[in-house]
Amino acid sequence: MTLEVADLQVHYRTLKGDVRALDGVSFSLADGEIVGLAGESGCGKTTLGKSLIRLDGRMRHVGGTAVLDGDELPIGDDKAMNARRWKEVSIIPQYSMSALNPTRKIGKMIAELLRARGKSYREFKDELVRRLELVGLTEKVLDNYPIELSGGMKQRVVMVLSTLLDPSLLIADEVTSALDVTNQRAVAETLVRFRDMGFVKSMIVVTHDLSLVYQIADTIMVMYAGRIVEKAPAETIIKSPKHPYTRALIGALPEVGLEYGDERLQSIPGKPPHLLNPPTGCRFRARCPLASEECEAEPPTVTVEAGHEVSCWKAN
Amino acid sequence: MLELKHVWKSYRIGALGSKRLTAVRDVSIDIAPGEVLSVVGESGSGKTTIGKMVLQLTSVTRGEILLDGEDVTAHGHAERKAYYRKVQGVFQDPFSSYNPIFKADRIFETVRESYFPGVKRAEWTARVEDVLQGVRLDPGSVLDKYPHQLSGGQLQRMLIARALLLDIKVLVADEIISMLDASTRIDVLNLLGELKERGLGVLFITHDLSLANYISERVVIMRHGAVVEAGATGKVFTDPRHPYSRNLLASVPQLHRKWSDGTAEPEALEPDGDRDVAPPPLTEVDEHHWVAAAP
Ligand SMILES: Nc1ncnc2c1ncn2[C@@H]1O[C@H](COP(=O)(O)OP(=O)(O)OP(=O)(O)O)[C@@H](O)[C@H]1O
Ligand SMILES: Nc1ncnc2c1ncn2[C@@H]1O[C@H](COP(=O)(O)OP(=O)(O)O)[C@@H](O)[C@H]1O
Ligand code: SF4
Ligand SMILES: [Mg+2]
Ligand SMILES: [Mg+2]
Repeated sequence: MTLEVADLQVHYRTLKGDVRALDGVSFSLADGEIVGLAGESGCGKTTLGKSLIRLDGRMRHVGGTAVLDGDELPIGDDKAMNARRWKEVSIIPQYSMSALNPTRKIGKMIAELLRARGKSYREFKDELVRRLELVGLTEKVLDNYPIELSGGMKQRVVMVLSTLLDPSLLIADEVTSALDVTNQRAVAETLVRFRDMGFVKSMIVVTHDLSLVYQIADTIMVMYAGRIVEKAPAETIIKSPKHPYTRALIGALPEVGLEYGDERLQSIPGKPPHLLNPPTGCRFRARCPLASEECEAEPPTVTVEAGHEVSCWKAN
Repeated sequence: MLELKHVWKSYRIGALGSKRLTAVRDVSIDIAPGEVLSVVGESGSGKTTIGKMVLQLTSVTRGEILLDGEDVTAHGHAERKAYYRKVQGVFQDPFSSYNPIFKADRIFETVRESYFPGVKRAEWTARVEDVLQGVRLDPGSVLDKYPHQLSGGQLQRMLIARALLLDIKVLVADEIISMLDASTRIDVLNLLGELKERGLGVLFITHDLSLANYISERVVIMRHGAVVEAGATGKVFTDPRHPYSRNLLASVPQLHRKWSDGTAEPEALEPDGDRDVAPPPLTEVDEHHWVAAAP
């Protein structure tokens, strides 16, 4: 077992009170597993990723644990986490492509990062070049400024950089969203290749694009309003989803192999609740077509079959 | 209604505009009332440039753009203003179209100031509420709010509502879906479907073939500034004849077929050549289906 997260609670402090962005998240990740994390904007996907690597100033670890390769991650302790970052847990942050320092050549930037970790650039150079070539880039990009590379090229540089130290866990946050279809596919397939070649042991791939994550994930978790509402093998989530929210998400996806004519897909009415004061009971209640009185109480997490967990009163 | 005839665009690039880059090459397309035409292609293929030329945000290097048979090139402020009564655009990042220090509904006020200064306040409010209802927004929950208090989908729909205040004929929608969340995407797409039922022509620019497939009856596929395949959406997407179109389709993530199920490697494509020579002409391979000849 690479990662074991139990009842994780992480809040953002605001003037109005705590935003409960992660409100009791539990899941585990096996060696070699790629898990996709999907859900609407604001449901807490980025927060979950950040919690496993670096809390920003306004985030507070309220409860729960994350154990990586048998060792508990010191989530709330920035200094102690520093020893784990990049080496054991690494992240490709959302918008990282545009966050590359524009005044540094790629090679120089990587050298500085390695030096800050007490590692020698010269020692890593051969492996770095080998991996750049693996993703279709040449050594020449090391002499480029970020602005000289296309979006797809920058994204591949960031992928090579964040996995250079062979971390146990990689979190990839919306790494394909800004790319066109051809680059999306290339980048997504590179993630799988990095796992297959052992550059990373396991991976959390964050995205709001279910059809993309279905292509590469072994398991998919669907998140809603700070909680995981369904988790199952990728095939099961897509072919036989149980949670009404998962079903609605899939029902709203236009596809290319079908002919629609004047037929229209259904959107999900309403909006997710505010996490400042989340409602009691099932959080999807206000938008759920199946909601009934019992949903005013917190739904249990039911294991409908091995590896398929659903938090809904009507799961069976 | 809207017609592009052999349109070319070259940008000046490099120091002092010493070099040129031909971004659009000999493109001819047309949009009828009540129709969504999708323009798809990889990043850099020239899609946005076409939208910008239609909206007169950049000049046409060669060829012409006609609206109801007349050249649209505006000479002077008054002609430009008259043109924008009929043709409007909405772009990828809804947030960038709003000034964060003003309330979002200011976008409606600016339309009143420049186009309808004579309309009484009460009547104007009624019109704004009407177009908001038209894009399925609840006026009470979006008026009098700052942009950061609204979602991307709401802001995007308000921009479409603003265009509708002008009773436009053509809407240029450039990647308006890609920044939106899975659940709001379908709302905005369905809204485009309603607009076409009202008789609007929509130029829908996207790199996402599943969106194009869902909403448009005709599609144009672009590569290196030129059209490589065009025709009825059903034909182009079920029977793509150009290797570039086939590669694009093979990259689209689908729920009923995984990438890993297809064994075919991407097909080899002609490299980018001299962009100043005319691209290969389109030949009709089937009814409502055209493909660029092999060069
Ligand atoms: N103002 C400009 N000056 C110089 N070159 C430009 C300008 N705008 C676009 N280009 C170039 O023209 C080509 C087509 O650009 P365009 O933005 O129209 O493509 P696109 O298909 O919309 O791409 P994307 O999906 O990335 O937006 C590209 O090579 C681009 O770099
Ligand atoms: N800096 C912040 N301050 C207050 N609330 C925040 C902050 N960042 C995120 N949130 C809130 O936390 C929740 C989850 O956000 P996030 O992790 O960014 O979700 P996602 O990545 O799925 O879009 C949302 O309700 C969001 O408004
Ligand atoms: S618990 Fe009730 S409201 Fe929640 S998803 Fe299930 S049926 Fe819907
Ligand atoms: Mg995010
Ligand atoms: Mg564009």
